[in-house]
Amino acid sequence: MSGHSEHNTKTLKLIVWRQAGPDKPGRFETYTAKNITDHHSFLEMLDVVNEDLIKEGKEPIVFDHDCREGICGVCSQVVNGVPHGGHERTTVCQLHMRLFKDGDSIYIEPWRARAFPIIKDLMVDRGALDRIIQAGGYTSAHTGGSPDANAIPIPRHDAEYSMDAAECIGCGACVAGCPNGAAMLFTGAKVSQFAALPQGQVEAAERVANMLKEMQDCGFGNCTNHYECEAACPKGINVKFIARLNREYLKSLL
Amino acid sequence: MRFLSSSVGRKVLMAITGFFMLFFVTVHLLGNSSIFIGPGALNTYAEKLHSLGPLVWIFRGFMFLMLAVHVFFGIMLTLENSAANPSKYAIGRKLKATFASETMIWTGVLLLSFLVYHLLQFTVRVTPDIMPDAVANRPGDVYKMVLGSFRITTISLVYVAAMATLFLHLSHGIQSLFQTVGCSNDKTLPKVTMVGKLVSALFLVGYSAIPVLILAGILKN
Repeated sequence: MSGHSEHNTKTLKLIVWRQAGPDKPGRFETYTAKNITDHHSFLEMLDVVNEDLIKEGKEPIVFDHDCREGICGVCSQVVNGVPHGGHERTTVCQLHMRLFKDGDSIYIEPWRARAFPIIKDLMVDRGALDRIIQAGGYTSAHTGGSPDANAIPIPRHDAEYSMDAAECIGCGACVAGCPNGAAMLFTGAKVSQFAALPQGQVEAAERVANMLKEMQDCGFGNCTNHYECEAACPKGINVKFIARLNREYLKSLL
Repeated sequence: MRFLSSSVGRKVLMAITGFFMLFFVTVHLLGNSSIFIGPGALNTYAEKLHSLGPLVWIFRGFMFLMLAVHVFFGIMLTLENSAANPSKYAIGRKLKATFASETMIWTGVLLLSFLVYHLLQFTVRVTPDIMPDAVANRPGDVYKMVLGSFRITTISLVYVAAMATLFLHLSHGIQSLFQTVGCSNDKTLPKVTMVGKLVSALFLVGYSAIPVLILAGILKN
């Protein structure tokens, strides 16, 4: 390696949660990430570390990832105590190493919540979020030829509101950041995106009741309005959608 | 899903019972403030309340019910929440949660203990600082009784500490109430949070003024 590139690289100390399986005990292991540049993303930095581990004949660190563009919601790591690292509206794949200094120590942990059992190392099972969607996160509609655009007029404000809620990528950072392990921001966003639209009205009462029941059955906690979820959300989903969920629930009782 | 077993339903109950207790501390502060008008005003207020007879007991019963529901679901939700989030992160960094929001259960427990003590002191009148004539005559000279107790520094300090606890509990609780019953959006939440903190501060100053002014010798016989 040339002297020039050495000058531009960083060496970091990683303290990573390693756990062999769901029921196995976990522990922190310390690794050194070498030759990391400003241009590496956080996941690429882990790729570099894993390459080194493989060369040494050691088990690489298991972590979830897919699009690496900040849109799929698969990456899920708690960096220094905050889901996705705590930079505004940033998934961990879009967290760049320019934000870290040479010699920094970084704690990397999986999402921690009872409803998200650890599969291995940093990978957790977020099937609970899918089960909440299956309980009511859809509209029942007869399919057929595509309807004319604007056949159902929707006020711009409602469309925007629904789209804001639908921005949720279901990564689970809200649950991971919540001191109560609650999934109210996720469920709130999913309920609100339909509640704002005419297509969502038919099943509105049933939807909110079923999704809330599933949320509880999955073992998520109760919201106590800390708003950590909103701060951790890489898509900036607002807690107004939790208030909307509460409203929709009360409406469903009438 | 049934209201009492629903996560949101139980939280709405927390909000409604909390709202009635908020209403109570407001009325109580207004009543207490008659002490600033003079000894006669506080004693007249006490006489008026006393003369309501059964109405007072209906009100007490209602407030006890509100308290019991609030305490019961408060404890239950807290236990469920710690079970839902059993393992903590190595570094506990918080982005938006506040000291007040994270200590609701503890400020709640402290307030409940204070409430028991406060009732034993000025309602049942069995604490050692209460003079025998205040025990014999009800309501009697409430002004003299309050003055006698708050002249003891420790009693005043405990009272002010309890009001600081109430401040913490309400500075999170008021905005939480609005959010839970769904009367909240991104425009109103910051304002409701600010007003909630101001109201909580008003309770702290208003209630604490009584022992502080008594200790300072400004309120006297």
